[in-house]
Amino acid sequence: MNALLTPRPEARAATSAITERAKISVRDLNFYYGGFHALKRISMDLPEHKVTAFIGPSGCGKSTLLRTFNRMFELYPEQRAEGQILLDGENILDRSQDVSLIRAKVGMVFQKPTPFPMSIYDNVAFGVKLFETLPRVEMDERVEWALKKAALWNEVKDKLDQSGAGLSGGQQQRLCIARGIAIKPEVLLLDEPTSALDPISTGKIEELVHELKSDYTVLIVTHNMQQAARCSDYTAYMYLGDLVEFGPTNEVFTQPKRKDTEDYITGRFG
Amino acid sequence: MSTTNTAAIPAAAAFTPQQQAARLVMHRRRKRINVVALTLALSAMAFGVFWLVWILVETVRLGLGGLSLAVFTEMTPPPQAETGGLANAIFGSLMMAGLATLLGTPIGVMAGVYLAEYGQKSWLGHATRFINDILLSAPSIVIGLFIYSTVVARFKSFSAIAGVLALALIVIPVVIRTTENMLSLIPNALREAAYALGTPKWKVIASVTLKSARAGVITGILLAVARISGETAPLLFTALSNQFWTSDLREPMASLPVTIFKFAMSPYENWQQLAWAGVFLITLGVLALNIAARVFFRNKH
Repeated sequence: MNALLTPRPEARAATSAITERAKISVRDLNFYYGGFHALKRISMDLPEHKVTAFIGPSGCGKSTLLRTFNRMFELYPEQRAEGQILLDGENILDRSQDVSLIRAKVGMVFQKPTPFPMSIYDNVAFGVKLFETLPRVEMDERVEWALKKAALWNEVKDKLDQSGAGLSGGQQQRLCIARGIAIKPEVLLLDEPTSALDPISTGKIEELVHELKSDYTVLIVTHNMQQAARCSDYTAYMYLGDLVEFGPTNEVFTQPKRKDTEDYITGRFG
Repeated sequence: MSTTNTAAIPAAAAFTPQQQAARLVMHRRRKRINVVALTLALSAMAFGVFWLVWILVETVRLGLGGLSLAVFTEMTPPPQAETGGLANAIFGSLMMAGLATLLGTPIGVMAGVYLAEYGQKSWLGHATRFINDILLSAPSIVIGLFIYSTVVARFKSFSAIAGVLALALIVIPVVIRTTENMLSLIPNALREAAYALGTPKWKVIASVTLKSARAGVITGILLAVARISGETAPLLFTALSNQFWTSDLREPMASLPVTIFKFAMSPYENWQQLAWAGVFLITLGVLALNIAARVFFRNKH
């Protein structure tokens, strides 16, 4: 109630000046699950070719936010988003934008590995075939390129015709990353990509995230504070649907502008 | 998370001898209940298995005696004939069950896909599911009479086509139900992953969800085949029976269940013998289909 009369100073997120070119600009984004208001007037600029981490306690809306960037929420009729998400200046929430083409530009990797019921090769080629008709040789090259990019090639090059389900959890997750980058997206969304993995696989994926940013704009949701600190350039702290703080990772972690952020990062809360 | 809170909770105290004894009493009681429950469960299983084994033993004992090469090569004989077999009935059963499966499977799978992937929450989906459940549990004689009144009575002739339609009506609800169930077992994460690549919905279903559920769907189809290969009532009013070999679908056609029904009730020794041979063949076939379904399902999961 109070906020309506005299806006609290915290009502806007504490954001540091970001000078890089914004790949995605979020403007006044509100999100609803039926009647539940899950994201409240989010506005932020996500810099190109950087890794941005989204942190915050469970239910704060970080996964919800990620799922608006490729309109994944549209699969569920009771979910809706209002506001603007500009990808290179074009509002992807606009109904006239083709959702398949947006998803070709904005790839996504999920919490649990989701290999398709087909061979390793076909898993990677699946998405490519949706948008391109490549001769066999070029397709082979593309699959090899994507698997190399995902640091999986050496482990699977001799068994490309075997089922993707036969790989270990960590390998499956890298296969999903390979599948995502094979269609050459511009943005890569990672929704807690390592929460189902062991520490060694997690390390490999984090390394990979670090390398991927030279080609892609990477947005990663994570529950793991160290992970955010290790592999991101920017960090956004969210709480109860609000963007509380957003800035360069080293600033957010060493000298947060908000007490809430500091409490969460140091583990006093959450 | 806070470390200051833990100090407020007292450390667990050691149990007194009395508490220790009470815990033991409770533990023994739990063990006794476990033994009773296990005994009840085992005897319930033994009861079921007893009858099943008896049926199988009896079928083998009486059926094996009547089994000979002639059963597969000769036509159903007139009463009290010296020779004769079940060739036309076996062929008729395979033909009608096969065609009914070919007809019912695509319809059933497509309707199942609709229910699981499109009409989950729509009123049409709910209505279809409800009607399908009724059809699933409808007595097969009702389906036989329905086809009799709509097809046989109208064309004034019993025919294999009518038999196929009646059997297909039994196949469809079974396949719809298993297809829908198997598709709903596919985690949503897999669908989302496919959509995340920009895949159109029909392709997500065809290449990802239906393919993942393939083993379960095929198992459902095999079970539907097993179900119709033993059905008598829907064929009694539709395909009727035929003493001779025919592959013309517009004519009445013999089938194993109807032949068994006719032969087993007759007073003639040779017919009764053949009826038992037929029973043995059907049991064997259904058993084989069930085992095939199980093996198939296990290999894929």
